[in-house]
Amino acid sequence: MPLSHELENRIRAEFPKYPEKRAVLLTALHFVQEEQGGWVAPDCILAIAGLLEIDPIDVKEVVSFYHMFHDHAVGQSHLQVCTNLSCSMRGARGLVRGLEEILGVRPGEMTPGGEFSVEEVQCLGSCGSAPVVQVNNEPFLENVALADLKSLVAGLQTRRRAAVGE
Amino acid sequence: MSVTASAPRFLLPPDSEIWTSLEVYREHGGYAAAETAIRSIAPAAIADEVKASGLRGRGGAGFATAMKWSFLPKDGSRPRYIACNADESEPGTFKDRQIMERNPHRLLEGLLIAGFASAIDAAYIYVRGEYRTAYDALRRAIADAHAAGLLGKNIFGSGFDFEIHVHRGAGAYICGEETGLMESLEGRKGQPRKRPPFPAISGLWKRPTIINNVETMSHVPGIIANGAAAFRAVGTEKSSGTTIFGISGNVQRPGAYELPLGTPLREIIFEHAGGLLPGRTIKAVIPGGVSMPVLTAEQAMAVTMDHDALQAVGSLLGTGAIIVLDDQQCLVRAAAVIAKFYRVESCGQCTQCREGTGWLHKLLLKVESGAGSGADLEAIEDVARFMEGHTICGLSDAAAWASGWFLRRFRGEFEAHLEGRGCPHDATSFEI
Repeated sequence: MPLSHELENRIRAEFPKYPEKRAVLLTALHFVQEEQGGWVAPDCILAIAGLLEIDPIDVKEVVSFYHMFHDHAVGQSHLQVCTNLSCSMRGARGLVRGLEEILGVRPGEMTPGGEFSVEEVQCLGSCGSAPVVQVNNEPFLENVALADLKSLVAGLQTRRRAAVGE
Repeated sequence: MSVTASAPRFLLPPDSEIWTSLEVYREHGGYAAAETAIRSIAPAAIADEVKASGLRGRGGAGFATAMKWSFLPKDGSRPRYIACNADESEPGTFKDRQIMERNPHRLLEGLLIAGFASAIDAAYIYVRGEYRTAYDALRRAIADAHAAGLLGKNIFGSGFDFEIHVHRGAGAYICGEETGLMESLEGRKGQPRKRPPFPAISGLWKRPTIINNVETMSHVPGIIANGAAAFRAVGTEKSSGTTIFGISGNVQRPGAYELPLGTPLREIIFEHAGGLLPGRTIKAVIPGGVSMPVLTAEQAMAVTMDHDALQAVGSLLGTGAIIVLDDQQCLVRAAAVIAKFYRVESCGQCTQCREGTGWLHKLLLKVESGAGSGADLEAIEDVARFMEGHTICGLSDAAAWASGWFLRRFRGEFEAHLEGRGCPHDATSFEI
């Protein structure tokens, strides 16, 4: 069972908002990513296609089209650094370098234990508080300074340990 | 003299306040305009008032809002939809987010009035997936409005039924294009549709659909509450009302400022945004999001922020998103960062855009590195020409304008990089 009953019910509860089930596709993919480790596994694609009564390729091409959907595993904390103009002008490149140094990975890579991954992203829509970092789909971290990165990473590690009860 | 000394605000609460709660919004007069409109104004009269206000779309194109509504068929067939564009993704732009995060009921009230005026069944707010805070605020606001009977069946006892749904995107600039948005909302890749048919005739699920930006819809309650004349009293003849200017880049106080259209760009930079860093001067200003042609310092200091004035200097108001670049920055780098954006965001449907955006980015990186020649500058111009006016949507044109205008207006800086010389601002400019 790639999708839990609870997750299936959450997806079905969205159907009445639209004249066609297919319109729930992006929402369903968000739910799956949020609850199943930040990415959409192949068996989830089949399960969603079944629920929405569309072909698996219809799901697969949507996963590959949108930047927020991942068809491969990403870190439990997926750190997205905006590198568009306003953020670049306020030090985004330095933030990417800083994260590379702290975590030992390059953009597009994941730390060996799967705890962190880093990605350069396009404009997040927070140019007035640049530079901006987004962890997973959480509220933006704004006006991020190079000096903040170590405590940001440490805070995410603490939070993860608390979540798994270590 | 500042034209904005006593400027009224229509969209945002005072700086320190957040009006996400329904109670707080109602304490400030919220939903009174919707109640008046639905109880006692004829739908056609609402549209007339919006027409008289001169309201133009705040999503970038500046199209007359009431005219857009008037394109809906008159046959009375149902259902009909509103698609509200909250896919704010034009680099430099963060204004709609201010409304959704700090005053979400304002948007809901605007949709409610517009929905009543045009006999709409449901509105879908398509909010970009990255905007988590806005999404949560809207969901809460919709639930609260529903519980209070402001949405749902028989609103204000009028017999009018109306639903608002918030729909999350998933990271794709092209979904801010109106037909790309509709494809995406229907559960597909956000690749724009060919027009005709236009959305007013065949939009969401092939039904009549009006599509307006968040800020545009959020102006409607103020127009109904205070009247078209009060709206027109602010701004200029052809660009009426206020807008939320977002300013970023090399200024002391980047941020979002609600001001009248027609405010001098100089005033926004030097008064509201606190001016430049000490000892710096302006080199270039992007006035309306990166898709809009860049201005020289001289143009920027003389222009006012309205449709006519910006067109007169060969640019456009766009989303009113201002990015200031000072004299220490490399404009070839700026152009390259922008070119990369379009390369990443091209939906891939049209050859000119899919291939051209990649070429522009590669050529600009080559010039920036010092490896370029005069032939590469000509190639940039050629590629830009080939991309303009030949595609299904405007992304290709925007990419061509962005690179093309940086080169046209700052050619000397590009030439200074050529033939092994590299970046003359390497020591001071931002990095890419």
